[in-house]
Amino acid sequence: MDWFLGTSLGGLLAAIGYPVLRFISPPEIPEAATDRVLAGTVQELAQGHWKIFKFGSLPGILVEVEPGSYRAFSATCTHLDCTVQYREDVHRIWCACHNGWYDAQSGRNVEGPPPSPLTSYSVRIEGDDIYVLRG
Amino acid sequence: MELARLGAWLDQRLGLQAARQFAAHKTVPIHRHTVWYYLGGMTLFFFLVQVGSGILLMLYYRPSAAEAFESIQFLMTEVPFGWLVRSIHSWSANLMVAAAFVHLFSTFFLKAYRAPRELTWVSGVLLLFLVLGFGFSGYLLPWNKLAFFATKVGTDIAGSVPLLGPFMLRFLRGGDLVTGGTLSRFYGWHVAILPAASTLLLGLHLYLVQRHGMSQPQSDQRAAPARAQMPFFPDFALRDAFGWLVALAVLAALAAFAPWELGEKADPFAPAFANIRPEWYFMFMFQTLKYIPGGHFLGIELEAYAILAFMLAGAVLLAVPFLDSDPSRRLRSACFTAAGAFALIYIVVLTALGYHSLWPLWATLVILGLVRLVAWVTASPPESR
Repeated sequence: MDWFLGTSLGGLLAAIGYPVLRFISPPEIPEAATDRVLAGTVQELAQGHWKIFKFGSLPGILVEVEPGSYRAFSATCTHLDCTVQYREDVHRIWCACHNGWYDAQSGRNVEGPPPSPLTSYSVRIEGDDIYVLRG
Repeated sequence: MELARLGAWLDQRLGLQAARQFAAHKTVPIHRHTVWYYLGGMTLFFFLVQVGSGILLMLYYRPSAAEAFESIQFLMTEVPFGWLVRSIHSWSANLMVAAAFVHLFSTFFLKAYRAPRELTWVSGVLLLFLVLGFGFSGYLLPWNKLAFFATKVGTDIAGSVPLLGPFMLRFLRGGDLVTGGTLSRFYGWHVAILPAASTLLLGLHLYLVQRHGMSQPQSDQRAAPARAQMPFFPDFALRDAFGWLVALAVLAALAAFAPWELGEKADPFAPAFANIRPEWYFMFMFQTLKYIPGGHFLGIELEAYAILAFMLAGAVLLAVPFLDSDPSRRLRSACFTAAGAFALIYIVVLTALGYHSLWPLWATLVILGLVRLVAWVTASPPESR
């Protein structure tokens, strides 16, 4: 009898608990892969020297490191997920959340807590448009 | 006469006489640390203010990324006394956390967690965790820039925990990124799940406080009959009520003269700005992570070790009554007191350092004041304190 009641109770709890646990875990939603985006224009970068652009659902950063020379990286800090920015005064990429620094030429983490470099993207210029490509 | 009949009628149905008798016999010890007894009641007071002001805010708040910021903007600019209700809710949240921390540390240093009050301590620490959960989930609800990045960092910290991290991150965010889905999830936690859990735990905590009474500090070595006592009702209850009035006055002054700001609307594609920071009660953890260098040890990121250390500290905090249960083991007891003092100093110093760039004078004064306090405590004999 104890076995029967215990098993029934366990079964009941599992029957309620499992769907609840699955319900609160968000489903994986596959996104259409974005491999190429129009990140900005030469004219735009000539004025501001850097900008944050949308690369799919994530932010990317486009920097004019020297006149006419551009670099693009993921703008998500590899430390704790904040969005980075370019600091023209020191020519480096900076994360304000925990004072992390990256080299603007290579995206390499050079100072502070970031554990790894920013993901690097390819840049292609077509007329006045600057395209960023994955890989 | 009618009132007496009504009282008798209610007594027959509700058993009020038993509650009156219980209150008449309940006493509270009087000693030089009695003042700390009022902090628990004060935390409860702020919790009740949170419930009341939170219900009012729900009448206007709309939990979506497109409308949350605007609904609070509307509340603060168009709704009569809307700014005041929101300001009260925000300030009261901070005062509640502050009161809960002081309550925790006073209980800790007075060793009030020892038998038979172990479960009172455990329920109290769990309540503190829930209060921090309220703070974390409520911080995002205005959907402003500060809250957005604080939530990104906070949830990413949870995501850095080895093994469970990826599940925790998706569970908290409702996906891989902080989005409107995270906002509605946090809203659910803030107004339904956490209040339900808090109500149950608070009920248990208050029941245990009533069942075991107030703890007598170890330093008060007098025999039981010689200990001074005061009746709970009306003496202690009136003093408690006075404390609540003082708390209300402080809250009203802060809410009216320093209204809580709304800031700028969150933009997931804007960079984090300088001086980004979480609420002050998470600042010591946030600041600690700033000092951890990048790199790996045994294939695990160094920050994960810091996060695991904080989790371990939380587990030890819960287990304190079981680890330091025997009053006769004085060395172990002294070690726990020292560890508590170290934790308190660590929290204060790291918090002050976190605010140093924003308010350098205040942060320096806090650290200097703490150094002076530590010097005084270590130099003066215990009986003079």
